Amino acid sequence: MLTARTEQIAVREQHDIVSVRQMVRSWSLAVGLGLVDLTKLVTAASEIARNTVVYGGGGTLQIEELRDGLRLGVRLVFEDQGPGIVDIDRAMTDGYSSGSGMGLGLGGTKRLVDEFDIASTPGVGTRVTITKWRSR
Amino acid sequence: MPELNASRLATLLDQRFDELLAAWTAEQLQVVRRGQISASDMRAQCRELLQAIRRALAAGASTRIDGQSWAAARDLLGRVSSQRAQQGFPSSETAMFVLSLKRPLFDALRRASDDADTLAADIWTVTDLLDQLALFTTETYLRSREALITRQQEDMLELSTPVVKLWDGVLALPMIGTLDSSRTQIVMESLLQRIVETGSDVAILDITGVPTVDTLTAQHLLKTVTAARLMGAECIISGIRPQIAQTIVQLGVDLGDVVTKATLADAFKLALSRIGLSVGRVRPAGAPALGAAPAARD
Repeated sequence: MLTARTEQIAVREQHDIVSVRQMVRSWSLAVGLGLVDLTKLVTAASEIARNTVVYGGGGTLQIEELRDGLRLGVRLVFEDQGPGIVDIDRAMTDGYSSGSGMGLGLGGTKRLVDEFDIASTPGVGTRVTITKWRSR
Repeated sequence: MPELNASRLATLLDQRFDELLAAWTAEQLQVVRRGQISASDMRAQCRELLQAIRRALAAGASTRIDGQSWAAARDLLGRVSSQRAQQGFPSSETAMFVLSLKRPLFDALRRASDDADTLAADIWTVTDLLDQLALFTTETYLRSREALITRQQEDMLELSTPVVKLWDGVLALPMIGTLDSSRTQIVMESLLQRIVETGSDVAILDITGVPTVDTLTAQHLLKTVTAARLMGAECIISGIRPQIAQTIVQLGVDLGDVVTKATLADAFKLALSRIGLSVGRVRPAGAPALGAAPAARD
């Protein structure tokens, strides 16, 4: 598997979330994701980007176009240096929110994408990696 | 030392005013694309700024442009750069308006001076002065652009949330773009306000123009629906496209007992039936319109 191209943008404020959605949309179109998959990935990116801003205190998004043989995909890596998540299992549980949201962001995102990985160290930060492959 | 420089510069500007103006205007006309600004306007702006610089140098001892003696020059630069920001000049060209004076001034200094130390000191003063003026121009330019962007954002907030009346007692809110919190606030307020004003029973929230519905958007929608209900109006959400529907399901968002319809037309039909009205055909399709002359018969 190789990374065809990559780009990094800052995810600091509310309006950055809009830029994230627009960027993910254009990269998904470039890879050739279908309308449903594109909408799912954009929605997932919106969820994680909001977590990065609201809970992580801002961070970065690295977006990658992946090539694995004939398979094409988009990978998003969100990183922040925020307080981190103490209990990841609980954070992934539907209906649990440490803030005022619906508590569906992480669990819902996992269902929207093909690959989901979350790594968090309290006091150090959180990294969420999501990947969506073009279905053939 | 700076005092000496300033008065020497003022004298130089006095002596070679026309020569400097001509050289500067020529530099400008090379930089600026044709058609954006007329040559005579350009010459007038250059002349005005050069005069302001000369007066400031002659009057004040300081070459720091935040002083009182530079007020006229600052004022002029402010006007020129905000005007250029509105005309769509790039920031680099706006800064070049000031920076392109460097070469003509350096040339004049070199010809006027025979002492290398004095020349170096003068060139430093001029560079410092013009850099300050250019920075000031760029800052003003950016401020004007930011003001423009802020105004446009505010316009968008206002424009994109019209509550329309479809029928007596039926309101519709066609939502477009992203539903971030500040906009949703306005959406909610304007909808609730109109429900009170019109005494409507049904409100349709149409999200055909909303590209992404994530959990926050869904939460905002549900809150709006709940608030409208508390005011005695029923809400119907319409315009949920297939890809949005699939995404909402996988996210796990439960729209509960909110009534949803695929299209605004379906929602309107339902809204009419809720207030006891229905849409029907007054004549069979293809029949002549009412009042038309009946076809002749034997």
